[in-house]
This record gives sequence, structure tokens and C-alpha cells, in this order.
Amino acid sequence: MSMARVAAVFALAAALFARAAAAAPPPQELVVFEAASLTDAFASLAEKFRAAHAGIKVTANAAGSQELRTQIEHGAKADVFASADLKHMDKLRQAGLVLAPTVFACNQPVVVVRPGSGVKAFVDLASVDRLVIGAPGVPIGTYTDQILAAAGKQLGGDWVKRVQARIVSRELNVRQVLAKVTLGEADAGIVYRSDATAAKGKGTAITIAIPDAFNVTAEYPIAALAAAPRADLAAAWINLVMSPAGQALLAQHGFTACPKK
Amino acid sequence: MTAPRGRRPERAARDTVWTTALAVPAVVLVAALLLPLAGLVLTASPAELAGGLRHPLVGPALRLSLLTTVIAVAFIIVAGTPLAWFLARWRTRTGRALEVLVQIPVVVPPAVAGLALLLAFGRHGLFGPALGRIGVGLPFSTPAVVLAEIFVAAPFFLQGAVDAFRRVNEDLLVVAHSLGAGRTRVFFTIAVPLALPGLVGGAAMAWARALGEFGATLMFAGNLTGRTQTLPLAIYTALESDLSAARAIALILMAVAFALLLAIRAGSRR
Repeated sequence: MSMARVAAVFALAAALFARAAAAAPPPQELVVFEAASLTDAFASLAEKFRAAHAGIKVTANAAGSQELRTQIEHGAKADVFASADLKHMDKLRQAGLVLAPTVFACNQPVVVVRPGSGVKAFVDLASVDRLVIGAPGVPIGTYTDQILAAAGKQLGGDWVKRVQARIVSRELNVRQVLAKVTLGEADAGIVYRSDATAAKGKGTAITIAIPDAFNVTAEYPIAALAAAPRADLAAAWINLVMSPAGQALLAQHGFTACPKK
Repeated sequence: MTAPRGRRPERAARDTVWTTALAVPAVVLVAALLLPLAGLVLTASPAELAGGLRHPLVGPALRLSLLTTVIAVAFIIVAGTPLAWFLARWRTRTGRALEVLVQIPVVVPPAVAGLALLLAFGRHGLFGPALGRIGVGLPFSTPAVVLAEIFVAAPFFLQGAVDAFRRVNEDLLVVAHSLGAGRTRVFFTIAVPLALPGLVGGAAMAWARALGEFGATLMFAGNLTGRTQTLPLAIYTALESDLSAARAIALILMAVAFALLLAIRAGSRR
């Protein structure tokens, strides 16, 4: 084949490609950016969603909320964003990248311990061998710092120092904290109740509640993206999440109703 | 120059089409390689960069990265040079099999490498309990960072070193032997100096790979400032809160990697 003919083939291919791109039908796909702690709950919701929307694929991108926010700020294509804290959602709202958010679930941090670690109560964190928590700036890490600060007021600054000396890693998302405990490498970690629920079935981690006096409630907001390729599907997903069926599913996965304000 | 004169213009036109057809994908690849780097360098203002460098994560991460990679590369050179020498000279099936086996870490994804290290040396891993009995706990420690770096970087040195030793002229070694030089002397005064450019290039490649190690470290060593948080982990951690710090650390890493690249070029040109 001569080079001129090759060039002609290339030109034809380019023209066809341009036509196809211009006439592309709307994507048969809903892209959900979800905080890592929502992974299991949203996977169950996606099954329900597919049952109601035949032919639509639900693609989940689960990561730390701040990472998802960075991706959205840099133009990632998505329809829905569900964050593990209000801060990241508010930043996106201020930038006009998402529509008005709604709080759809709440979650409480808990301590998870490796079976046989000897930790019986929250105060025992000061004597645990290896403690793993979230990195500062990651929602679970920020909540953990708030909890330790609140606990320090009652248990003393010395207790906080002893706990901090036990920290061997600050992980970049909550599922990595959980993984270090379920693998048995860490003795204790602080994760959300929903994550602990995911691990409880496998018998690899024991949940210990954090006293209400120190604990915080994580609020999960959800919003459609302003530039959602499928705004209709985004709205349908949010409706499903807020519906009684959706809320019941979230409760099964360890999420709690939000305290009335 | 035997082609008839009349055919020349047609051939010139064909050459142009040919060159263009080759140049377009080549230019696209150059753009794909250089544009992200341009984005990293050009979007940073000097003031922002200076502020980023003062971020509390930067100093400890830089120190830890230099310390762990220097130890890792020193070990790789000390243990890898003799191994490469053996691999270059064993022309048996076992030798060839071993050469392939030690290259496996190159094709293993970093997260898999981290999991593999955890399942080997973790508390409940294959060798973890035995190590625990003698009081060694690797996960979440600085030695774990070094081990992860050795695991991912050593094959790059071995590849360069084996090739370099293979190019050493066998006759020189035989002659040196026949003139009465012992094995040790032949190795250190003939083989190593002749293979030096390849050894230096391999060491620089290994160092660059060790500096960039991320996935295996995060999985196996964790992420704690001053103990296991190397530069790549600091970039990721800073990204949670402060893009300018992440960019500053990224630029430090890139500058070091670029210096290493120049060292490789200089080493291989000799």
C-alpha cells in the first residue's frame, strides 16, 4: 500500500471518528464518586438502581473524600458526589461544581481491635501496641484528632501523649486503616461504624464504642455535579439514597440516622 | 544514484509522506511525556514553592527518603554486584532461571509488592512469627521502608550490571589469570572497572526507582512522619490539605530524578 493511500485511510478514519464523537448518544452510565466508607453500602444500592434502570451501568469511584474533591476540581467527569464530611462538599459548592447538597446519612467513629489485642475499652488505646489512624486532612483522621482532643480534656494530656506514641501509621483512607487491623498488623484503629460492620461478619475485628462525651458524628452529604453528563440519573440516584428503602439499606451497613438539629 | 532522474520528484513526495506519518505519532508521544512535567513546573509560583518547602511534612520526608534510599542502594550494590557477576557467567539453566526470577519485581504492581512483603514479613506472614520471636517487627518501621525499596529497585541494578559484566571481554580475564592474577584481583582490577559504566547506570536507575517507591511502602511500612513517610507518601498526604506543599515535594523529587538521569547518561557515555 502506498504512503498516499495510508494517509487517505488515516484521513478517512479521522473523519469517521469525528462524526461518531459529534453524534455520540448520552452515556448509558451513572458515575458515582463516593467516600471510601460508602463502598459496601453503595454497592448494594447500585444493585437496586440497576433493577430499576435497565441497561444503565453504575460506575463507582471510591476514594478518600479529599481525593475525590481534587479530581472533581480538576475536571473529572462524574454525576454524583457523596462525601464523608461537609468541608469538602462545601468547597465544591462554593466553586459552583456541585448543586445543593443534602445530608443523607450519619456515621460514628468507633475503635476496631484485632481479636486478642487485649483492648477492652476506649481508654485502653494508651496501652495498645500498634495503633493506626487516618491521616490529618482525611475526614476520619480529622475526626480522630477531634476525639483525642476531647478525650484529653477528661483523661488528661498525658493520656493523649501516650496514645499518640502508639500510632504507627496515619493511613490515607479509612479502608486502609481497617485493612491494617483485619490483616492483624495493627492492634487497633479508629474507623467508622459502617466499616466495622463490614469487617464484623468476617470475624477479623472487634468493635468498641467511643464514649458519647468524646465522640463526633460524621455527616455525609450528597449532591449532583453541576456538569453531570446524566443529570437525570444523578437525581434518580439521590432519590434512591433518600428513599425509605435506601435509608434502610444504609442502616444495615452501620450508618445511623442523623441527630435532629 | 542509479534511479532514473524522472522518478525523483515522486520519490521525494513519498519520502515526505513517510516522514510525516512517522513524525505525527512521535510528536504526540513527546507531548504526552513532557506536558505533564510542564504542568508541574509552570503552574508553581516561586513564592508558593518556597511556602510549600517550609511545610512541616517536607523536611522529615526528605531526610527519610535520602537515608532509606542511600542504605537500600548501598546494599543493592554490595550484594547485587557479586550476584550480577555470577548471573553473567553461569550459562546453565539454573543461572538463566534465576536471572528471570530476580526480574519479577519489575513487572509486579507496587500494591501487590506491598501485600507480598506483608504476607512474608508481617506479623501473621510466612516469616513474621519467626522474626517476632527474635524481637524483629518489620511492618511500620524504617527498615520496612528500606526493604520495600530494595525489593522494587534491585532488579534495575541487576539488569544493568549483568549486561555490563557480559560485555567484559573474556580473553582479558583469561590472560590475567594466566599471568598469575588471583580471582579476587581479576574481579576487582579488571571486571569491575570495565563494567563500571553499566554498574553506575544500573545503580542510578535503582536509586531513582527507590526514591519513587510508593505503593509497597504505603502497604508494608505505613505512613508516619519521620519514620516511614518518604517523599512520595508525603506528596499524597500533603495533597489532602495543601496542594502547594504537594507540588513543592513533587518538584524536589523531579529535580533529584532528573539529576540521576543525567548521571546515567554521563555514566553510560564513558
